[in-house]
Amino acid sequence: MEAILFYLTALVAVVAAFFVTKCRNPVNSALCLVTNFICLAVFYVMLEAPFMAAIQIMVYAGAIMVLIVFVIMLLNLGTAVKSRYTHGLAAGGVLSVLMLLVATVFLGKGSATATGGEVTSELIQSYGHTELIGRAMFTDFLLPFEIASILLLVAIIGAVVLSKRKV
Amino acid sequence: MIDTSHYMLLSAILFCIGSYGVLTRKNAIVIFMCIEVMLNSVNLTFIALSRHVGNMDGQIFVFFVMTVAAAEAAVGLALMIAFYRNKDSIDVDDFNMLKW
Repeated sequence: MEAILFYLTALVAVVAAFFVTKCRNPVNSALCLVTNFICLAVFYVMLEAPFMAAIQIMVYAGAIMVLIVFVIMLLNLGTAVKSRYTHGLAAGGVLSVLMLLVATVFLGKGSATATGGEVTSELIQSYGHTELIGRAMFTDFLLPFEIASILLLVAIIGAVVLSKRKV
Repeated sequence: MIDTSHYMLLSAILFCIGSYGVLTRKNAIVIFMCIEVMLNSVNLTFIALSRHVGNMDGQIFVFFVMTVAAAEAAVGLALMIAFYRNKDSIDVDDFNMLKW
């Protein structure tokens, strides 16, 4: 049952990612990207990370996609014309297939050591995933968390400065 | 329980599709969306391995990747608007002001 769900969702995710690269109209690409994000959220639930799935839906499929669709609509982009030359497409395809081959070779050769850490299914069931994440974030990773807030502030100021006509 | 290698292979495929889009498309916003696909495939790898190893640190890292992606979206889209205002186009072939 879980395997069927996995393969179906994986198929949808791969097809959606493919159509992100192939759709002529950027709005269609954006809709396919949302589909891809939702499939990844399903995977996060299957990997016992429900908090990450919620964040994925809210931040990616919510905030970032709204921003992208807003900019597409603002710029009023038309559909892309078909390019006359196709050797660029062929070169890109060959490069990415080579990358995939390298990745599968590494996957076939490698083996994950250091399994069996302290976070097990029972621990996640008893504490709840959000509490475990929160505990890690506000004890071990407190400094990176604060730095992330400064990064977001810098991004806000940068976006305002860049899109203003006269500073 | 799905084996971790399945997740790794899936995220490798997604990453390569994203890189194909980055290499072949000309519209800057579509390239940006393909970069988001690549970032998400890496997030999937992080979470699958974090589950496999039994450690929470990978999921914390995914949180920071999402933060950086949000900042990147804000600044990148502002750049595109500024560029469109100057050149009336968002084709990456027109991004050649720094070319010698």
